Amino acid sequence: MKTETSELKNPVKEVRTETGKADPTRGVVFEPRVDIAEVEDNMLLYVDLPGVKSDDVDVRFENHELQIRGKVTPAATKPHFLLNEYGVGDYYRAFSVTDDIDAEKIRADLNDGVLTVHLPKAEALKQRRITVNA
Amino acid sequence: MSILRWHPLGQIWNEFDRAHSEMTRFLEYVDTRGPVAPYGEPVAYPPLNVWDDNDNIYLEAELPGITLENLEITITDGNRMTLNGQRKPAEVANTTWHRQERSFGSFSRTLTLPVLVDSDRVEAHFELGDLRVTLPKSPKAKPRRIEVKQNRSGKQNQKKGKNHENGDQ
Repeated sequence: MKTETSELKNPVKEVRTETGKADPTRGVVFEPRVDIAEVEDNMLLYVDLPGVKSDDVDVRFENHELQIRGKVTPAATKPHFLLNEYGVGDYYRAFSVTDDIDAEKIRADLNDGVLTVHLPKAEALKQRRITVNA
Repeated sequence: MSILRWHPLGQIWNEFDRAHSEMTRFLEYVDTRGPVAPYGEPVAYPPLNVWDDNDNIYLEAELPGITLENLEITITDGNRMTLNGQRKPAEVANTTWHRQERSFGSFSRTLTLPVLVDSDRVEAHFELGDLRVTLPKSPKAKPRRIEVKQNRSGKQNQKKGKNHENGDQ
């Protein structure tokens, strides 16, 4: 149960609310898959957003909440599918972020349909290497 | 020193409790699995959308995080399409994972198309993690109108009897 102990220290937690999804004009909204990694002084959020152009991705930080939205407009006409294994539409997911993260320094980039959000830890939390004098 | 009351079922209850919380955790995990949910059972990877019109078969797949050099499409026997690929995880040293919902590794999926396609003219575009393939139907497979000729010779009927003879020849 190693993951549970690390979860306690995780400054990035999912927020489940319907408010962010409410936009009746946009149709079905999907939850993108997310990985959360901690690498030294950074928290990294990897979000799968296939089909989203960089202009159509909206990463917002407000009131300790990180909101990720990706717009994908489905085809106007629904073809007669021979196989229909996934749906196409907007993405939305939100996370609460504690003060352990330096909100000013949050940045994000999009590559090959994957959004990477960099959340640097606040100065006070950064690991310091203590030199041991002989 | 404290005295603990021994309970014969204590151990079992603890086990139940643990199993229950494991199950809850698992269900929560399943619940967050995104696009798959409204479409029922998870399917083979990658999930595909396929449709057609008179001229082409169209195939789409969502392959986020995969680069072009790690993707291969092959057509065998004119109607079997195979999608091979590999999604490599970001290799960062000293990573602690707090959540892992995305999957990585190699995949291969073969689809038998309902008709023969012209494999020389297949076009594939891969952009923003979205794959779009257009497979032109082979001329042999396209719907073709057959002209119906009137059978004026009556050849087949000749043997059946004199009544059917047309004497047209």
